Amino acid sequence: MELKAGISPTIETQQLEVNLGPQHPSTHGVFRMIATLDGETIVKLKPVMGYLHRNHEQIGERITYIGSFPFTDRLDYFCAMSNNFGLALAIEQLGGIQASERGEYLRVIMAELTRLVNHTAVIGFLLNDMGAFGTPLLYAFREREKILDLFEAASGSRMMCNYVRPGGVREDVPEGWLERTRAIVNAFPRFLDEFEKLLTENEIVQQRCKHVGVLSKELAMNASVTGPMLRASGVNYDIRKVDGYSIYPRFTFRVPLGTVGDVYDRYYVRILEMRESLKILEQALKGIPGGPAISPKGQAIGKAPRTFRPPKGAAYGRIEAPKGELGFYLVSDGSPQPYRYHVRAPSFVNLTVLEDLCIGHKVADVIIILGSVDIVMGEVDR
Amino acid sequence: MNSLDQLFVNANAFLLGLLPVWARPWISILVRLSVIAVLAPAIMMYLTWIERKIIARMQNRFGPDRVGVYGLAQPLADGLKMLIKEDIVPRGADRLLHLAAPILSVVPAILLFAVLPFGRNMIPADLNVGLLYFFAVSSVGSYAIFMGGWASRSKFSILGAMRSVAQIISYEVPGVLSVVAVIMVTGTLSTAGIVEAQAERWFLFTPWGFVGCLMFFLSGVAEVNRTPFDMPEAESELVAGFHTEYSGMKFALWYMAEFLESFAVCAFTVTFFLGGWHAPAVPFWTLALLLAIIVGAGTRLAIPVRGAGVLAMLGAGALWGAQPIPSWIWFFAKTYALIFVLVWLRGTLPRLRIDQLMGLAWKFFLPLGLVNILAAGLWTQFPFPLGTAAAALLLIIAGWLLVRANAPQSLQPQRVYVFAD
Repeated sequence: MELKAGISPTIETQQLEVNLGPQHPSTHGVFRMIATLDGETIVKLKPVMGYLHRNHEQIGERITYIGSFPFTDRLDYFCAMSNNFGLALAIEQLGGIQASERGEYLRVIMAELTRLVNHTAVIGFLLNDMGAFGTPLLYAFREREKILDLFEAASGSRMMCNYVRPGGVREDVPEGWLERTRAIVNAFPRFLDEFEKLLTENEIVQQRCKHVGVLSKELAMNASVTGPMLRASGVNYDIRKVDGYSIYPRFTFRVPLGTVGDVYDRYYVRILEMRESLKILEQALKGIPGGPAISPKGQAIGKAPRTFRPPKGAAYGRIEAPKGELGFYLVSDGSPQPYRYHVRAPSFVNLTVLEDLCIGHKVADVIIILGSVDIVMGEVDR
Repeated sequence: MNSLDQLFVNANAFLLGLLPVWARPWISILVRLSVIAVLAPAIMMYLTWIERKIIARMQNRFGPDRVGVYGLAQPLADGLKMLIKEDIVPRGADRLLHLAAPILSVVPAILLFAVLPFGRNMIPADLNVGLLYFFAVSSVGSYAIFMGGWASRSKFSILGAMRSVAQIISYEVPGVLSVVAVIMVTGTLSTAGIVEAQAERWFLFTPWGFVGCLMFFLSGVAEVNRTPFDMPEAESELVAGFHTEYSGMKFALWYMAEFLESFAVCAFTVTFFLGGWHAPAVPFWTLALLLAIIVGAGTRLAIPVRGAGVLAMLGAGALWGAQPIPSWIWFFAKTYALIFVLVWLRGTLPRLRIDQLMGLAWKFFLPLGLVNILAAGLWTQFPFPLGTAAAALLLIIAGWLLVRANAPQSLQPQRVYVFAD
């Protein structure tokens, strides 16, 4: 028998291959990780995706441009509004549609509310992965439900909103909706303070999260990781600032950046982002004008989707979705259906660095690293 | 000795008195056995209900409330469901061990009740080695867990079982060390004797007793795999750890063992450090008065509720002021208070990682336990103010040094977050 340094010759050790998933309580859906363990330490980790593949892109090429909106709801089912927003931007670019002023404001309000929904839920799930028995998750859900009620009042559905359209939004918000939103936005910092008081300084949270799953700046940029995960590694890249799409340049807000790029930074950057989102929401709720919620052209194609035949060409509409850069790439051949329809899903791209983050850590860390990457399988597999 | 206090003892004596003399010892054994056999499942069932209700309150939920009033029949419904569920044994599993393991884990959990002094003169078996018996029996559980994990033929099970054995063995050491001080002071291993020795002063109110109590309780929490030490069954990592592959009644047995051991940890903490069935030295009416004031001052309650609460407290104070509260009520009250703490921990804390958990046992609890024995020695050797002060000083210094030595340096600096525009 060969002698290896550090291993006693009388003990023969063997690596253990464990299948985490596809049915596992903490893989956030049907995601599978084939982990090779040496004791409890991860030696190799192979992510396996595709269990939730629903042919999203192919379906998008067979139906009208507007017809894809309900399907985008199901991509990242936590952030239906942002997904609609991304597709709407791409279609607007393709067809040269101008959105109405009120529509733009409503879209931004919805997108930022979605960011609050997503980040609260993700932090709750992260703590759940850490072993807190549901309490932080249910605190997060309490606030999330309030915002989902707003979505329901505006769009008729809590999660599958199907609300944003090229040129604005499908329907104007009902009466009193803006006041309700203002009340919720004003009360939200109190919840964040409470949440932070329980988590940020918590000894166990710090012990579990700090210096775990460190993502270096270089790797993050090379792997084209985006969103809070990239910013936690200290890269200043926020599409709301870089692209200045929609009416974001009108609002003053800052982009929080982490320094280490570990799980803790990813957690805290999300908290800080929520606080910045609240600033945007306050400004948007103050400045929202009257008028139609959708521009005439947008309304026309919404009523008769088959009449919308954009000129030949390609468009890429991207937004800063809560999880990162969400892009919709559309190629038109002049027919009512897109010739090519592609989604750049942030969860999917962010997941590619999973193995690099996990190697050398313990099994328990893999779960929280995965939790901090923030994936939704609907978006990863499409 | 009032009658209520000795109610069960007298009833037992009366019943035995009706029998012929030769049958008395046998029937006496039978009575004790059946009391435990009835009490243990009942305690377990309602522990699940208590836990679910309390955690639900902590999480803005209602908890079980469909079956019976306040969901009180939920444990019965669950038990029935478990009984009629299909028992699935994985292919390739060791069927015999797979069956034996949950049984082997429940038996010691029930056996622990034998040396538990439930009240004055109410101990099923007053062994003169009761404390040793407690540690011996409680450590059998780790065999059962490993057996179950191994027999399941599942990687999650075996990982959970390995973690569990490592954890239980590690935490037994500080657990035993924390009780060594109690043995030194009382000079007995009998649980009844230890409770008797706390008649004037609960050991919690001595420097070494305070530290020992915390250590014993936390080690116990770790030994029965409860949050934040629930590594072996970490549901977010290992699905369900060592009992992943169990279903039906076998699964219920695992749960029963876990809950009974949780109860036993709380009960033995009460026995060793919180004065067992002894009432606090302060008379009850002061406590009732205090509670009445607290309830009366609670501005968030409705006026009628407050009034009723105050009256109930004052009434209880007057009633129990006239005659002392039965010792067994004190015992159960203290035990359930500790169980509330367990549930509270579960509802609040995330889980530690396995290496951090081991570090806590070996780097913090073990040295502190040794220092604690020295502190107990000082406390017994020197008269009151000097001994107490010396022991307290020693423990504070040792605790501070250990915290300093164990605090991970890398967690110290406050993180700075840059805001880009």
